[in-house]
Parts: sequence; C-alpha cells; structure tokens
Amino acid sequence: MEGIPPIMRRSALAAIAAIGSATLLVSGCSKADDNKDGNDGGGSSAAANAATKGVVNASDKKGGTVTYELSDVPDSFDPGNTYYAYMYNFSRLYARPLMTFEPGPGSKGNTLVPDLAASKGVPSDGGKTWTYKLRSGLKYQDGTAITSKDVKYAVERSNFARDVLSLGPNYFQQFLVGGDKYKGPYKDKSAKGLSSIETPDDTTIVFHLKQAFQEFDYLVSAPQTAPVPQAKDNGVDYVKNIVSSGSYQFQSYQDGKQAVLVRNKNWDPKTDPLRKQLPDKIVVNLKVNAETIDKDVQAGDAIDLGGTGVQAATQAQVLTDASKKANTDNTYGGRLVYMAINTKLKPFDNVACRKAVEYAIDKVSVQTAEGGPIRGDVATTVLPPDIPGYSKSDVYATTGNKGDVAKAKAQLKACGKTSINTNITARSDRPQEIDAATAIINSLKAVGINATLKQYPSGKYFTDYAGVPKFDNKQNVGLMMMQWGADWPSGYGFLQQILNGQAISQSGNTNLSQYDNKTVNTLLAKAIGTQDDAERNSIYTQIDKQTMDDAALVPLTYFKVLLARPTTFTNLVSTAAFSGQYDYLNIGVASK
Amino acid sequence: MTELSKTGAAVGEPTPSNPSDAFLEVRDLKVHFPTDDGIVKSVDGLSFSLEKGKTLSIVGESGSGKSVTSLAIMGLHRLGARGKNVRMSGEIWLGGKELVGASPDEVRRLRGREMAMIFQDPLSAMHPYYKIGDQIVEAYRVHHNVSKKVARTRAIEMLDRVGIPEPAKRVDGYPHEFSGGMRQRAMIAMALVNNPELLIADEPTTALDVTVQAQILDLIRDLQKEFGSAVVLITHDLGVVAEIADDVLVMYGGRCVERGPVDEIFEKPQHPYTWGLLGSMPRIDRETSDRLIPVKGQPPSLINVPSGCAFHPRCPYADLPKGNVTRTVRPELQQVDGGHWSACHLSPEDRTRIWTEEIAPKL
Amino acid sequence: MISYILRRTFAAVILLLVVSAVTFAIFFVLPRLAGQTADQLAQQYIGKSPSKADIAAVKHNLGLDQAVYVQYWHFIKGIVSGATYDLGPTTVHCDAPCFGYSFKTHQAVWPQLTSRMPVTLSLAAGAAVLWLISGVVIGVISALKPRSFFDRAFMGVALAGVSLPMFFTGNLAILLFTYQWPIFGRTYVPLTENPAQWANTLIPAWCSLALLYSAIYARLTRSGMLETMNEDYIRTARAKGLRERKVVVRHGLRAALTPIITVFGMDLGLLLGGAVITETVFSLHGIGQYAVQAIDDNDLPPILGVTLLAAFFVVIANLLVDLLYAAADPRVRLS
Repeated sequence: MEGIPPIMRRSALAAIAAIGSATLLVSGCSKADDNKDGNDGGGSSAAANAATKGVVNASDKKGGTVTYELSDVPDSFDPGNTYYAYMYNFSRLYARPLMTFEPGPGSKGNTLVPDLAASKGVPSDGGKTWTYKLRSGLKYQDGTAITSKDVKYAVERSNFARDVLSLGPNYFQQFLVGGDKYKGPYKDKSAKGLSSIETPDDTTIVFHLKQAFQEFDYLVSAPQTAPVPQAKDNGVDYVKNIVSSGSYQFQSYQDGKQAVLVRNKNWDPKTDPLRKQLPDKIVVNLKVNAETIDKDVQAGDAIDLGGTGVQAATQAQVLTDASKKANTDNTYGGRLVYMAINTKLKPFDNVACRKAVEYAIDKVSVQTAEGGPIRGDVATTVLPPDIPGYSKSDVYATTGNKGDVAKAKAQLKACGKTSINTNITARSDRPQEIDAATAIINSLKAVGINATLKQYPSGKYFTDYAGVPKFDNKQNVGLMMMQWGADWPSGYGFLQQILNGQAISQSGNTNLSQYDNKTVNTLLAKAIGTQDDAERNSIYTQIDKQTMDDAALVPLTYFKVLLARPTTFTNLVSTAAFSGQYDYLNIGVASK
Repeated sequence: MTELSKTGAAVGEPTPSNPSDAFLEVRDLKVHFPTDDGIVKSVDGLSFSLEKGKTLSIVGESGSGKSVTSLAIMGLHRLGARGKNVRMSGEIWLGGKELVGASPDEVRRLRGREMAMIFQDPLSAMHPYYKIGDQIVEAYRVHHNVSKKVARTRAIEMLDRVGIPEPAKRVDGYPHEFSGGMRQRAMIAMALVNNPELLIADEPTTALDVTVQAQILDLIRDLQKEFGSAVVLITHDLGVVAEIADDVLVMYGGRCVERGPVDEIFEKPQHPYTWGLLGSMPRIDRETSDRLIPVKGQPPSLINVPSGCAFHPRCPYADLPKGNVTRTVRPELQQVDGGHWSACHLSPEDRTRIWTEEIAPKL
Repeated sequence: MISYILRRTFAAVILLLVVSAVTFAIFFVLPRLAGQTADQLAQQYIGKSPSKADIAAVKHNLGLDQAVYVQYWHFIKGIVSGATYDLGPTTVHCDAPCFGYSFKTHQAVWPQLTSRMPVTLSLAAGAAVLWLISGVVIGVISALKPRSFFDRAFMGVALAGVSLPMFFTGNLAILLFTYQWPIFGRTYVPLTENPAQWANTLIPAWCSLALLYSAIYARLTRSGMLETMNEDYIRTARAKGLRERKVVVRHGLRAALTPIITVFGMDLGLLLGGAVITETVFSLHGIGQYAVQAIDDNDLPPILGVTLLAAFFVVIANLLVDLLYAAADPRVRLS
C-alpha cells in the first residue's frame, strides 16, 4: 500500500465541493437552520431515514424508466477506468465484479457477497493466494460466454496500462507478484500476460499476492474485476462500446451528456441472485444543475447519481417541512472530519501538549461550522460508525463535547508550557473547513494556544503543503485540517493510509500527523494477515484506541449526507458500502 | 405698411377672429418655459403681422426670443419630451386659422404644407442616414397622396429649381456628400416642395461663407417672387436684413422694442438697442477704425427680466429721462411715424438728437 | 468592399493565431515558468501512483516531451491537416480541423464543439431576439416619456435585472415555471427534432438571459433616444408635418439603433462562445458547459478549443458589426 497518493475515492471530493458551492450560494441562513432542525430533528418523523434502516418501497414490479441525474460528469463509464464511489455502485448494472456488497441498509450493506464468483475467495498460503470460481452459464450481452480469462484481462488493462487507463486505483499492481514489472496488455502482447494471475480453466482464477492480504475480497469488489472481452477492447474508446456482463446494456452514450441503458437479453437471472432487472430503461443525464437535481428528486422524477446529498437551500427547505423531511435519509458517508496534530513538531512531540489540544476543542462549535448535525455527528474515534471495527469510546470526554479549559490547561502544564504558538492549515477553497479551523482557533485561544490559519488550495494541499512533512516541520505547522474516507469499507482500508508510520512519504503524504507508533504499525500488519473477521475488527478497535491515547489526531465529526428520497422509485436502501448512497442495483419504478 | 399700425400695439382683449387681412398675424404671443429655476419668458407679449409676398425680418441677439417665435408659429415647441412643459398664450392666425388653440394634429397638417421652415445648419438639420431625395420625397408625400415615383420627379424638379446641378444624380446623394451651400439649397427645396404660403427661415445663411450667403439670399428672394409666399427671416445679421427684408422687427428680452419698414429702421432708428445693432454691423463702405460698436453688457435673464425697460442696464441713455422711469415703468410701443413703432422712454427729441449727432456719424 | 472584407478576414486569421498562441502560452508555458515540470503536467492525466514509465508514456502521448513551439506547431498543423494520437492499443485519428484531443474525456475537441454549438446557438439566438425587441421597445417608450411613472418603474426594474445574478433569476424561473407551474419542459430538445418542444424547453432560459441583457438594452436605447430626439433633424422631420410616430421610428429610432446594433453584435458574439452560467443553471449541454467542465478538470485542449471558438465568434461579430455599421450609416466608409 505504500506510496498511494491521497486521491481517496472521489465521492468525498465531489461531496465537499458540492456542499461548498451550495453554501456560497445560500450562505448565512443555512447554518442556523441546520442547527435548529438538527437539534429537534434526528428522526422524529416516522419515515425519515427509513432507507437507512430498511428497504423503502420494496417491490418486484417491472417496467418503466429510472432516470439518474448527475451535476458532474463521471471520470468514465468504463469499469476499468473509474474511481468514483457512485460509478463503483452504478457500473454493477452493466459490469459484474467478482464480489460485491449485498444491498442492505447502513452498515449491513458492507456485507460482501459473491457476484460473478460463485462463492467468496478461497485463501491459501496464509492469505497470499486467492482462488475464485466463476458461476456457470455467464454470458455477455452478445451471447458469448464469460470466462476467467476475461476477468484476468480486465485486471491487467485497468491496473497495468496507466498511460491509457489511468483514472482508477492500482491496488492490484501493488499487491500482485511481479506487478512492478508487467507492462500491461497493450504493450505486452504475450498470450500469457501477468503470470501472477492464473486461469487454469475457464471458470477459475487465481491471484498470487506478494504478502498476506485477508481483505482481498474487498479488492475484487472493485469494478476492475468485471470481465472485458479482449477482442472488443480498444483502450480508452472501450467506453463507447462497453460489452455488458450485467442486467443492463448501453443503448446510447453521449460523452458528457447522456447515457441510456436497456435490458440485457442475454443476462440470465439464474446466474445472478442479486439483480432483479426491474425497469425497462435506465437514463443517466449528466451535467444537470445541482438545484435542478434536487427539484427533480423531490418531484419523484430522478435519483441523484452522485449521492452527495441535497444542496444547502434544499436542505433548509426539506427540514422545515415535515412531509418533505419524511422523504429524506440522513446517513453517514463513511468518512471522518478531523484535525491532525504534527507529532514530530515541538512542542507537539510531547503527548501532553497534544492532549491539551484534545481537551481544548469545543467540538460543537466545529460541528456548527461544518453545517450542523445534519452534516455530521460529533466524533470521538478515528473510525466512523459505519466502518467495521468502530467501537464507541471517548477518551477525552468533555461536558456536552464543548471542551474543557481546565483539563486542557492542566495538560499544558504537564507539557511544561503555558502558551504555544503554532500554525493550522486548511484548504482555501473549502469554506466549511476554514470555518471549522476558525472555530478551533477560538477554542485553543482560551487555553493559551495561539494558532494562525494558513490556507492552501486543495489541489496542492497534499503535494505541496500539508502533505509534505518537511514543509510542516519548517513552517511550524502543528495542526492540519483533514477529511478521510476509505477505498473499501474496512478498518484497514480506512486506517492504513492515515496512521501507518511506514506510509509517511515526502510528498503527497496522508499520514499528516507523521504518526509512527510501533504498536500501531504492527497491529496493522497483523490485522491484514488475520483471516477471522471478528478478530480483525477487534484489532482495528485497538488501533483506534491506541491512536486516541496518543492524541495523534482530533476527531471532529462523522461526516453525514442528507439524501432526498424520491417516492416514485422502488427498492431504495442507503448503503454504507457506497458512502451512504442508495444501492443502484435494483431500483425500479413504482406504479403511479 | 399702414395695416401694421392698426394692430401693432394691440394688447388687451383678444379678438375672436382674424381682424386684418394679413396672411400671418401674431397677437400678444407669450411662450413661457417653467424650469426648476423659475419661468423662462422667452417670448412675452409679441405682436406683428405679415402679408403674402412680403418679407419680415426678426432681428436680435441670441436669446432674444426670435427663434422661439418661429418655432411657436410652426407649433414645434409642443412636440417631443419637453412639449408638455411649454406654456403658450396669445393668438397666431395663419390664413384665417388660429394656431395656438388648435389641436396638435391640425397644426401638424399645416406644417410643411402651409408653412415651412429652413433651418440654420443644414448638415445637422438633415437626417444623415437618408438620401437627400428621399427626405424631400418624404416631405412631399406627407401632404400629397402620390406614388414615390411621382414624388421623386417632384424632388428632382425642386432640386433643379434651387439651382443644384445634375439634380437627377444628386437626388440620390447623402447630406454629407453635399457642400454647405448645396445642402442649404436642398433644404430650401425640401421646404418649398409643397408650395408653402409662409416660409420661415431661421438664420439660413449663418453657417455659410459670404459668397454662398449672397447666393442663398438671392435664391430665397427669387423663390418668394415666384411662389408669392410670405417670408419670416430670423437673423442677427442686419446686412442680411438690408438685402432682403420689407419690414424689420427688433426683439429684446422676449419683446419687440422697435419695428418698421426697413428703410425707416436703417435711416431713422429710434431705439438705443437698434443703434447698438447698427453699430455692430460690419460695413464695407466705412473705415475700420471706429465702426463696430458692440452693445455692451450681457443679454437679459429671461427668468428675472429687468424691471422697467428691459434694456436699461445696458442703455447708455437710461438716466436721461426724468425720475426713475426707465427702471420702474415698462415702455410700450409708440408710433413714431407711419408704420414705425418704438418702445423707449427717451423723448422723440432726444432720440433724434442722439441718432443724428452721436450715432449716425460713427456708422 | 470585397478587398475590405478580404483584408479584414486576413487580419482576423492573424488575430486568431495570436489568440491561440497566447492561450497556448498561458496553459503550456506559464506552468513551466512557475516551476512545473513536464512530468508534473503529465501526472495530472494519470490517477494514483504512476510509475516513471507511465508518466513518460503519457508525456509522449501528449507531446509534452517536445519543445513548446513544436507543440504549438503540431496544434496549428492539426487544425489544417488533422492529427494522430498514439493511445496504446489504438491510435486515434483526429480529423481536420483538429483542435486538439482531450486526454481526460478521450474525445477530440472539434466534434464536441460542433455537437454542442446548436445548443449554445439556440440559447443565444432566442435570448437575443427577446432582449433586443423588449429592450428597444421599453427603451423607446421610456425615452418618449422621461421621468414618467413608466420610465421610473421600468428603469428600476432594469437596474434590478442587471444586478440580479443568473443563479438567482435562472433558478427562480426553473422553480416557478417548470416545477410550481410546469408550463415549460425541462430537457432540451433539438430544433430539428421538434421545434415546438425546442422553444418550450428553452423559454425559461431565454427569458432569464434576456432579462439580464434587455435591461442594459433598454437603458442604452433610452439614452440613445433621448439624445437623438433632441437632434436638429428630428425638428426638421416634425417641421415636415410627419406624424409623431413616424418621427420617432423612422427618424429617431433609426439613428439611435445604429450604435445599439454594434453592441448587440458584440454581445451575441461573446455569447456564442458559451453562456457559461446560463448553461450551467439550465443544464444545457452547450459550449459554456463544456468549458466549465474542462476548467474543472484542468483539461487544456478543450479550454484552448473553446477559447479559440469564442475568439472566432468575437472576431466575426466585429467584422459583421463593422459591415453592418457601414450599411446603416452612409457616412461611414470602409477602408
């Protein structure tokens, strides 16, 4: 996992950008409203948040058209060339990965189930070798059979030809044996391809990893394992004629404008326990004005494909109207808003000084700055509640989460200081992050810690500023605003990048605290080699606890989104596996 | 000219019908413009009359009310954005019709046909975007229900008549392609295209050079003879007056201060302001040394017109009459001799003495 | 006349070349001057943790490994004779006129521009007709009755129209007329497909955009008319005995309209380069939206293409306006 730059799954970026712009638009009123509604809200209406607890409008009714709208354009519809969470979710309609997540509410949606594979991966060699058997009778939209070679090819093209298909992650390249040597199928024309992926027969595929990796099932849930017939692949242009292995196939595709999907007649329900193939047609409209999307969703005409939540104006509107509020889902987005403390910079190299910061911060004021309870719950752990391994705990509990000046000053004294001067970084193009940092500065001032706000553009935040340890240490950057979401919903996927001492890199660093704790490093390595899920999750809890004891970072809020739920569609369920989005696999049209 | 005397001093009750047989009769005309600073009395009780075939010249400094008088006759003050702010009273009789009380549309129908106007600067007075011919055609077709072709023939005929060479070709020219004199000829052609019985020329030669001035004046005179129109010539140039006018009306501060036949005005002027005008007239037959005696001082404010005689602040003889009469009493027009009238407090003896002894020798 | 047009066309081509060079320099030279290496530029086009070989390959595909002037020359050459891009498994031929190829969306720029042009054109043309007519009519009425209730009321509204941002008026129009009272359609339909639907879906966008401009045009017309109606030739026209309406339209408006046509031509030219905010608010897939997307993505070839297209329209609008001016005002000579 070393050297993965901080291009975390992009849903987060999109979400924050969307919220940010909406705030600019209707600034002023939204924050106050958030607070008021959040406090007396929280599921008072019976149907509000229903899709986080169960499937809303469960139905097997067939027919109709489901319309998705997106304010942006996706990086690509090509399953091998995308990194957006909503495309991971949506692409399953036409590209079946080996594994996927069971449609289910909240963290139940984190359950891995076999999709193209007949059963979960079988590890051997202590977790270094993973074998999958494909279901029988699998066919592409043209009726030709899907073989394990097509899966192998899909992994090769998506991970090893980064000059052609560069937009997805490349975990396979990092984990597979010989991944650093292989040049990808476009350059390496040998029939054998990457030797660490074996296909002994047409239904078996075997992956050979460099090290034990017990969460490999998560990795193969990426759309990169969805089969691509080599004969039909023409690199970047494959997006124009994707060959479907799922229940729908492309009828038309206009770049940046629209995609229309219709039923795949060669998809056989007998090979697929997950998909229902309900609507006749699925339309995706791109680049639709965000306000328009909100209105269409409320009118029951569309689903927001991005799943990043409603705009601030709509939020204020739906929360004040009980009937509208009933049709919303306020759900976790699998991410943590936090502030990293530079453990390598004096005086924060002293744990007591870090604890002073932990006690000093009024998290409610930060929450308000972030947009109120609708946009996130006050956080006290590193892992958010929708990630396996989360265990409720609050090491630095203060009354009402409002901070405790006396305790903070006591810690400061223990650290041998009465006052500290330091800098705090935040991303200049994220107004809420700036507001949160400002709230923190005010909290810290009360205990004698004077922090000065330094703003940097988000595009260079990791490559040039906060993500460069030398820069932080030289510029007296003791505190850094940060948000984090995992590429796959597990403790490892979440923690590894931000806490692993061996993952500190000279630029593009995401372990902003420069936290290098032997216990944590060892536990991370142990976890990924542990086969038993429960045991693994308990290790994640330990890591979380250790990190909090060391006060390496200050959890601020568990990020939440407010989804508007269109009443005209069936089988709506908000899943933690895709940042709280509705599971797009089986959405149909209700009878009107 | 005896007719003038009958009505000349007419102030008081307006008569219900045109009492004289003059073609144009103006009686006690007042044109006031209310502004934020006060009421501007541009014309304040003016009366005169004019027969067909005759030329009346209205002279005076700028701001004396002569142009306003001409626009009032044409009914042009009442149009446009500022139209509703004008206060007009008195009577204007044109060929038996009263214009001040007439509806705007009645006046409009007379405009261009019964009465036409020639403006000072033909370049700005003609529309820059339309061909000369089209502008004349338009003027003709407003009052004549004829085809464009017929109107065009008429336009060419008129251009020919006013002495424009190659009229069939120039008819398609634009104003900016004409010389100043040619433009004024075209303007005259446009004004005369409907054979108007009254022609008002507002400083028709001011924008032109001297030789062209003479040609234009000749043209107006010739055309007047040919068409038999009455002509009102507005000017500040007494040289032009001497050349063309039958009668002269001198205006000061919105009122008539002296009027009479042209010979009388030039030979026996009775008002100190007229003396000033004559003194400021360039004459070729005199030495340069002591001619050109301009009238000293500024034209009067039309909002706060000086009390008594409006000219008294600039009049060198204002103290001659006994008492404070020049400053308190406004002088009325008094008959001097036949059709010659003057409004001055100086006694006839003083006037004759001053003119013959002090003024005339210097001219 | 012909030689004038030829000369102007030649000048326009030169101007466009300059614009292209400057734009090219802004995007390809300035980052270098600011210390970005070709590797860093290439890295923007790759996702996570690229290897050195990946970067080198992308750099080569993009031509970033060549000198800037060579890159520029290839760009210009592509416009004339097309270009070919090596993309690993496939080579993409970008037909002339090739205005570059986006490595982010994997689309040639020119077909994107041409496919989006009808949308932008529809938006701009419809709005332009609306604002020109409404702006001029209101401006004339205001000028004929200055300081009247109508004049004051309308000039107040006009001020509001200019000051209100499209985000507000546009979203309000959408909310009221496609949701509250669903009179108008929501999804753009090409004119060629269904003219009635086309107009129906575009009316809210036209009106919102027209509101912005008609306010300006009403004010322009008003001040122009106030000035013109004081001209001597208006007095002359009245002295002819013309009816007032004819005086206003044939003489007053005719003269007042000429400078407005000039502004109109330039505004329209600018809009054809993409009505960025309107297209965003109304979810229209036009040139402006394409530009926004490209800027979001830091995708240089489309930005370059849109800039050139916009410059092209402005230059053409300029030329047309000059020709039109000469036709409208006989005093103007083309030389």
